[in-house]
Amino acid sequence: MNLELTATQQALRKEFRSFVDTELLPYANAYDKEGYIPLELIQQLGEQGYLGATLPVEYGGRGMDQLSYGLLNEEIGRACSSTRSLITVHTSLTAETILRWGTKGQKEHWLPLLARGLKLAAFGLSEPDAGSDTAGIKTSYTEQNGSYELNGVKKWITFAQIADLYVIVARGEQGITAFLVERNTPGLTIKPMEGILGTRASMIAEIHLKHCVVPAENILGRKGWGLPQIVNTALDNGRYSVACGSLGIARACLEDSIQYARTRQQYGQLLKDHQLTKQKITNMVTEVKAATLLCRNAGFLRDKKDPDSIIQTSLAKYHASRIANTVAADAVQLHGALGCHDSLSIQRYFRDARVMEIIEGSTEIQQILIADHSIAGLDTIL
Amino acid sequence: MDTTTQAGARTIIREFLRKRVGQDIQFNDAEDIFAAGLVNSLFALELVVFLEQSFDITVENEDLNLQNFSTVENLEAFILKKKDK
Repeated sequence: MNLELTATQQALRKEFRSFVDTELLPYANAYDKEGYIPLELIQQLGEQGYLGATLPVEYGGRGMDQLSYGLLNEEIGRACSSTRSLITVHTSLTAETILRWGTKGQKEHWLPLLARGLKLAAFGLSEPDAGSDTAGIKTSYTEQNGSYELNGVKKWITFAQIADLYVIVARGEQGITAFLVERNTPGLTIKPMEGILGTRASMIAEIHLKHCVVPAENILGRKGWGLPQIVNTALDNGRYSVACGSLGIARACLEDSIQYARTRQQYGQLLKDHQLTKQKITNMVTEVKAATLLCRNAGFLRDKKDPDSIIQTSLAKYHASRIANTVAADAVQLHGALGCHDSLSIQRYFRDARVMEIIEGSTEIQQILIADHSIAGLDTIL
Repeated sequence: MDTTTQAGARTIIREFLRKRVGQDIQFNDAEDIFAAGLVNSLFALELVVFLEQSFDITVENEDLNLQNFSTVENLEAFILKKKDK
């Protein structure tokens, strides 16, 4: 396995880093405080092709491989996890899932719009009483003369405040099924949510569906296969994005910590010359390197369409989201009072990291999946 | 697909399933691995990716029928049917 970046991947990484450093990083703290990302930024992301990074060129996407897409998520995540979460729900959870399982008509209609960010998409799975226990969803569908009426409430839906298209997962007589529901469908209302700990600009909302009728051609995937087919595909895609985004948080904390240690004087010497600082930096860099290798490995296997890519993506998400927390905590400690103040990004990374262990399958869900695979046989893991 | 590759297909399927359910778990080619509770929630997705990669087929929405994927025998029959198309 060669995890070295190709010349094309290196050039893409340079492009992503340049975009992030000029167009995103300087404003990310303001977005976090204000609780939203501006439409101008979303337009820029669309123009750059970042909202359709992995979609084929024929649909207006950039046709990137998965490893390059991982680099995009890492670089965006290095600056702003809220913006990265837009890419996660729009591209990974929704567009990539429509690409894989959508009908010809769904793909031809939606993918060109999603690829350029002309329409935004969100994924409606979680509910007030159903988080990790996805089978516990209560939102319902009933068939009526060839159409489907949806009723229920979705909660914690990232970028639901401004999305134009929602994947809604609902239960009914023929089993749990996914539907494409447009924002302007009568009976659909959005209730913005505030007060989230991290990714504060991710514009979360509740989606209320009351006698919301969609035609049969809006079913995404096979009727009754909503969980094993659509949700599992979407979450697998999303986990890769979150894994790489978490790596980006950890990398930002490491880079900022090294920069600070080079200039901050305490007890007559620079922080970088204190042995305890060297220990912290060593622990941080080792964790970041390990997460980098796990994310690259997942990207490499995803590009090969290897079935082991699914558990390896889970492993990458599990590790990267956990070390984002430990590295962010070390970064706060190293920065002292400054690390706790909103004049720096460190406190935002610390809060954002916490969210990473909850979304796209919590740490506990990953532990169950990884342990089950390991107990069955270590060949698929190691 | 000739008979040699048919036999090969069954071996490849068995090998994949053994890796997923565990080498020490016994099951025969006619046993329903879903009904027996031998696989976890990620398995269906892993199985689809495995079938597409190993046998150069595309699993479509209409192929998603538990009957197609429930046993080694059914999986082999499904692959042969897809290859004949």
